[in-house]
Amino acid sequence: MTSSKTLLLVGGTSDIGRATALCYAKAGWRVLLAARKEDEARRNADDISARTGTEVTTHRLDVLETNSFDAFINGLPQLPDTVVCVVGELGDQAKGQKDPAHATQLLRTNFEGPALLLGLFAERFLERGSGTIVGVSSVAGDRGRGSNYLYGAAKAGFSAFLSGLRNRLAAAGLRVITVKPGFVRTQMTAGMKLPPVLTAEAEEVGRAIFTAAEKGGGDIIYVRRIWRPVMMIIGSIPERIFKRLRL
Amino acid sequence: MTELFGWGRYPRHPSEVLNPASPTALPSLMASHSGIVTRGNGRAYGDAAIGARATLVTRGLDRIRAFDPMTGRVRVEAGLLLADLLDVMVPRGFFPPVVPGTKFVTVGGMIASDVHGKNHHRDGGFGDHVESLTLALPDGSLLTCSRTENADLLSATIGGMGLTGTIIDATFQLRPIETGWMRQQTIVAPNLKNALDALQASREATYSVAWIDCLARGKSMGRSLVFAAEHATQKDVEALRPGGEHFPSLQTGRLSVPMDLPSFILNRHSVAAFNEMYFRAGAMKAGYPFLVHWNPYFFPLDGIGNWNRIYGRRGLLQYQCVIPTAHASSALSSILDRISHRGIASFLAVLKQMGPSHGDIAFPMEGFTLALDMPVSNAAFPLLDELDKTVVEAGGRLYLAKDARQSPSTFEAGYSGLTRFRDLRRAIGATGRISSRLSIRLGI
Repeated sequence: MTSSKTLLLVGGTSDIGRATALCYAKAGWRVLLAARKEDEARRNADDISARTGTEVTTHRLDVLETNSFDAFINGLPQLPDTVVCVVGELGDQAKGQKDPAHATQLLRTNFEGPALLLGLFAERFLERGSGTIVGVSSVAGDRGRGSNYLYGAAKAGFSAFLSGLRNRLAAAGLRVITVKPGFVRTQMTAGMKLPPVLTAEAEEVGRAIFTAAEKGGGDIIYVRRIWRPVMMIIGSIPERIFKRLRL
Repeated sequence: MTELFGWGRYPRHPSEVLNPASPTALPSLMASHSGIVTRGNGRAYGDAAIGARATLVTRGLDRIRAFDPMTGRVRVEAGLLLADLLDVMVPRGFFPPVVPGTKFVTVGGMIASDVHGKNHHRDGGFGDHVESLTLALPDGSLLTCSRTENADLLSATIGGMGLTGTIIDATFQLRPIETGWMRQQTIVAPNLKNALDALQASREATYSVAWIDCLARGKSMGRSLVFAAEHATQKDVEALRPGGEHFPSLQTGRLSVPMDLPSFILNRHSVAAFNEMYFRAGAMKAGYPFLVHWNPYFFPLDGIGNWNRIYGRRGLLQYQCVIPTAHASSALSSILDRISHRGIASFLAVLKQMGPSHGDIAFPMEGFTLALDMPVSNAAFPLLDELDKTVVEAGGRLYLAKDARQSPSTFEAGYSGLTRFRDLRRAIGATGRISSRLSIRLGI
């Protein structure tokens, strides 16, 4: 049960982040929670700590402040064994179509920040010779859709980045895992009507991440298996038909 | 606007629903809304957790903020579910000081209703165990309330039905337990007098409660099974279930009622048959102690998800009164007599001895409490109005967390701390700003 391993969870105020960190803590891992709002992350840190009796610390990090990444990594109490990044922002597609500032924020939050941060961890892990990287991307990145292609494009970029990183790190025996959760019932999707069969609870995502990263699961995981055939079908629709669909 | 209703599914009212994800969002929500009340998991039966205009749901505030395994003291956010707390704490050897009949309630709701458990006669209500809480006032400012700091606000908030503000978090002490088993003993009481005597006699037991057959008439009127129990020690488990696990796991298989049943399913005959079976099964176990898992002991109905739908589309009415000890026997006889002759079906009727309470408008008082439920029907309302008269004459009162229909005069007659409560509400600017359908109906 006990282990001296350390998890860094980036996005420590999100529901998926909370559930994932709890899963690791239950398995005896020490947890570092990184988030932009550190006092909100403190709520989750306290909660996980009370539930499991393990130590959880919080660390301030804004994924848009890419210049701060090196200092952030150096300031951690130790280089983690696994880093999981769950940062994401659905944003407002319609607003982003007219407002480049909002579009830029979406692209940077969903792609640039997470990719650059995980890239720096990859270098440290290579140097040490060990470490696992998990990035939470999205099925929205598998094919661009009219209703959310800014978010989707950023996630597509993030998925491609993780794929390339995995390809490069495999030779050194390091693992990179891409998670595409599909719909998840969280604060981000509160108030949206979601199809129950396709919708996971945050706890399911947390368990799936832990299993994939620490128990030798797959490299690319869809949390609910049904998403794999669903995305295969969506991916195989010819563009001349796809472009006419309202998705 | 969303149509909101309580666990009884009656009444239904439209309300704006606010879902803050963090306590930091509360002050501005409170300050910017009028006619607002806080709702936990919506398990109050009637209209207590439906805001006059807006309803603030605290389920996003579900963090355990601190736990000391040496002392058992916890600080939790108000939206934490009791079920969640039990999942975490029972395997570690701790149990909440008081639990109501369902675990699907929030800690905030447990304080606001000053819920009582089967140990009320010994340990008081949940509110009696709250060491301190953080309250968001109508203007959004935050106050710590404890026995020494803002004590008047603490006693108004305990049992105050959310009408003093929004509870954000609370600190209380859990009790240590050696095992997750209950050592139960069943006593058969052939009529009401015997049931009251048996409850009185089992005062020494930590937990005691009577299930009462509301359809039995004549000399069997009020026949009951009295269940007394203690948290089983490790020695008890060795004796009664040698080699058994000290902390048995939760059975996860849950039945669920998927839809509203047609109301003719519940009638005098079906309920009488159920009651007969239940009484005989219980009587067979009487006399010797046996072990029961804590979950079915405390929360038997939680095993059947959405059991409220048994009562059909129109919903159900819960009737829970408490009668001071001196008048308990006569008033309860008169109530049971009318219920049994009307044949208005009630599955669940529970009799329990209570001690005093300390909240301004908290429900418990020294005496006996009777809880029963019935489907909403045109016949139910006048019957309950009649029962109200008996309760008022006996100096008793009705539980606000269950209530959906009592009149302001019944309410005022039962709650002597009401003037004090109203004055305090005026003083903190809650009058008119913090209001639920219940507070409007009863003129609080």
